[in-house]
Amino acid sequence: MSFAERHILEWLIYLPMLTAVVLVALPAAWRLAARWVGVGSGALLMIGSAWVFIAFDYSAGADTFQMIKVYTWLESVGIDFRLGVDGIAAPMVLLTGIVALTGSVIAANVDRDAKNYYILLFVLIAGVYGTFVSIDLFFFFFFYELAIVPMFLLIAVWGSSSTFADFARTKEYGALKLVLMIVAASVLVWIGIIAIYVWVDIGTFDILRLRDAVQDGGLSSGAQKTLFPLVMVGFGLLAGLWPFHTWSPDGHVAAPTSVSMLHAGVLMKLGAFGIIRVGMTLLPEGMEAWALVLFILGTVNVVYGAVSAMAQTDLKYVVGYSSVSHMGYVIMGIATLNSIGLTGATLQMFSHGIMTALFFAVVGAIYERAHTRDTLILNGLASKMGWTTAFFVIAGLTSLGLPGLSGFIAEVLVFIGAFHEQPILGALGILGAALTAVYILRLVARVFFGQRDPQWDDLPDLTPREIAAAGALVVPLVLVGIWPAPFLDVIRHGVDALPGVDALVGGLL
Amino acid sequence: MQVDFTLLIPEFMLAGLGVLVLVVDFTVPWASRGAKNAVLAALTVLGLAVTFAVTLWMQWDTHEILYEHLIYVDRYALLFKALAMAIGAVVVLISMEYVHTRIRHTGEFYALIVFAVLGAVLMAGAAELLTAYIAIELLAFCLYVLVALSRGDSRSGEAAVKYILLGAISSAVMLFGIALIYGAIGETGFRRSELLLEAVFGPTVALGLAMFVAGLGFKLSMAPFHLWAPDVYEGAPTPVTALVSVLSKAAAFALTLRFLAEAGRATLDEWQLALAILAALTMTVGTFTALVQDNIKRLLAYSSVAQVGFVLIGIIALNESGARAALLHIAGYSFTNLAAFAVVIAVEAKTGRERIADYAGLASRSPFLAMVMASAMFSLAGLPIFAGFVTKFLLFTSAVEGGLFWLMVVAVVNSLVSLYYYLRIVREMYVGDAAETGRLRLPIAASVPVWFLFAGTVFVGVYPAPLMDAAGAAVGVLAPFL
Repeated sequence: MSFAERHILEWLIYLPMLTAVVLVALPAAWRLAARWVGVGSGALLMIGSAWVFIAFDYSAGADTFQMIKVYTWLESVGIDFRLGVDGIAAPMVLLTGIVALTGSVIAANVDRDAKNYYILLFVLIAGVYGTFVSIDLFFFFFFYELAIVPMFLLIAVWGSSSTFADFARTKEYGALKLVLMIVAASVLVWIGIIAIYVWVDIGTFDILRLRDAVQDGGLSSGAQKTLFPLVMVGFGLLAGLWPFHTWSPDGHVAAPTSVSMLHAGVLMKLGAFGIIRVGMTLLPEGMEAWALVLFILGTVNVVYGAVSAMAQTDLKYVVGYSSVSHMGYVIMGIATLNSIGLTGATLQMFSHGIMTALFFAVVGAIYERAHTRDTLILNGLASKMGWTTAFFVIAGLTSLGLPGLSGFIAEVLVFIGAFHEQPILGALGILGAALTAVYILRLVARVFFGQRDPQWDDLPDLTPREIAAAGALVVPLVLVGIWPAPFLDVIRHGVDALPGVDALVGGLL
Repeated sequence: MQVDFTLLIPEFMLAGLGVLVLVVDFTVPWASRGAKNAVLAALTVLGLAVTFAVTLWMQWDTHEILYEHLIYVDRYALLFKALAMAIGAVVVLISMEYVHTRIRHTGEFYALIVFAVLGAVLMAGAAELLTAYIAIELLAFCLYVLVALSRGDSRSGEAAVKYILLGAISSAVMLFGIALIYGAIGETGFRRSELLLEAVFGPTVALGLAMFVAGLGFKLSMAPFHLWAPDVYEGAPTPVTALVSVLSKAAAFALTLRFLAEAGRATLDEWQLALAILAALTMTVGTFTALVQDNIKRLLAYSSVAQVGFVLIGIIALNESGARAALLHIAGYSFTNLAAFAVVIAVEAKTGRERIADYAGLASRSPFLAMVMASAMFSLAGLPIFAGFVTKFLLFTSAVEGGLFWLMVVAVVNSLVSLYYYLRIVREMYVGDAAETGRLRLPIAASVPVWFLFAGTVFVGVYPAPLMDAAGAAVGVLAPFL
């Protein structure tokens, strides 16, 4: 391994932490400096992430986990600072890099107390990277929780409240609901992790050794089936699993733009990733026993999220519920337990992460200018806000699965995988995609292309900075849409090594 | 009979330091209250620091039992001795300004802190029941007086009276327990009692053990013996509250773990479940009562009750990983709670306020204090990267290792609920609107120890290995009994 390969993963965690420390030391008045530090660090993270993705060796026979780095941390308990990426984590790292960079560019719009905003944002980013690259169960959980800590303040201080006809959702309500629900779920994960460690009883939190021990019968089938629901609900909640998704729209709507981008774009993926990394890897028999339940819940997610999105009149709530719907595809794909479905699920995580970040960036920009997100009031924005419209339409088309964009590839793979296992549920999933088309196209028609109300005559279009950020998000959407092979190869390398996955050989992959 | 007095040098030094502070206080013709306060505080801190260094240097590798099994001088005691002296010094450092404005007798205040540390040091080394009792009383009497020292606050005297009355009852109960145990087995040494207790286990011994542990439970503020805590925490001068919440807890824990491991190992099955139920009760009562508090000192009182419930897990599991984790948790908790109290003390010294609502907008008035308080709250709630996360994680793991799965579930659920009231404080500081504006500035001398506590909270959370090794070495002493 080259020097860079040995150290890149740890630096993806250290760098955002260091950025936070540097920002703490910065005088509060140096707002421009804080921005540059934030954006510069985001750019470095993006470069590092891309390097990890490109350097990942997916040739047959290459190690499942690569760029492994181990530091002894608490020897007596068997906790090591142990990092590594597989074919599932590598695209997630790339996703985090892209969203971290674009998010920190968009975060430059924050006026109030920009320094502290960036500090918390980078703590969040460190937590996300850490979770994706940790292959020690303790540190996996450590970073998972770390990603939650800053959310409360980011939303409660910098967020926005929404008022409806007969009730209101304050930003504090959203922040508290989000944090308490996610932490409540992580309590289940916590119980599961401790139980796995103690019951497998090989004195280590190393996920790889635990995996091998479990495959050698180190954890009884009964125990696996008992623990899996804890892990499923615990991580599933963060992935927006129905009926535990209610924090997600409220939280995303209340959050400031760049936090919504990171949260819906990356943090929700941690949940799905956790189901794969802990649930599938360490509790394969539990996964198999509960797959159908997960499948049904995922399908409900897709349909319920889409129907709910149709009923919303707040732009951000539409996007929030569409996230719930789209994460449903990820959950369905995981529950298929076959290689095509899982590959689709992972690609969908990547695709949805980028797409929803783009959505939130655009919606945030509209809100900052119009000071409303009400779809009944906003209309005819296209003629004045060309860039805004273009980006929203691209995100929307990805969302409804237009061929040539990344969403199509991911969803098709999920559907093929799903039809192999549960044709009826698969069909319901496709119904969800049709519903997506309804609410997205309706929204585009009304908000962007309807008759323009005079009050929107003076709305300025996106600034060059915003265009750059949004444009950077469009590139991967198109790239994956027209040339998915590198992504599929990497993901497939990771999926094939997962325990309990049926290898479906199709001409497609 | 071994009479090697050099092994007691730390204790002699502490006693001498306490007397020295008193003598200096009334012999020197002080130019002003401020000068007196500064000199006495400096003397106390310096004395504690020297004793700290001497203790570590002299006793690093000592393992002795003095005077026919009265006092241990070993690594386990050493860890708690060092912790007690560090706590004493830090409390003095963070409360100088507070003492100047709000404490009646500064000389006595500092001297009593030193004597309280001495009591805690003796508790850490106690090897038999009566020595333990005397050590506990020494600590308790210092605290009774310290609680009453607030200037012009009637709650202080009231709290002291409550504390003395309840404390006296608990002492009586404890003494009664000791008498019963001695009556049944004719022995008070911990190690020598273990098998005797098992041999004659019956109603007398059970009652004796229960009463002794109840007395310790009072010091630990273990439910249902915690009722004194909120009133005393609220009424006492805040530095004393900090001392009660950290020093007396750590010392009582050291004694309880040593007693139950050495004397109670053989009878584990008889008391484990009862104590586990009390631990579950303690954390639940502490957590749920804290939810409705609006005074920050009362909230921290109930929060410390909940934390004691967590620490008890490490004793009840009675395995090496549990004891290690509990020691680590105590250390992390000391940093964290002192950091929280440092902020409370600073805010109270500046504004004279102690309600949670008074913390509204603290982030804009003093970003530093708000950051320290927020990280202390996150640490108490058990979130990374702060001490509470890793220490709680290890504690809860040890519960499962000890076969107490249900206790771990109770603990994690309480840990979750506790997040709500810790977040309330964070919310007030960062989201609430300040009733008054104007910066709160800490003097440099006061901000250094606060930085230290903050750094300690993070350090334990990020790199606990050195402390874990120390805890492992300390627990190694008890290993034959775990």
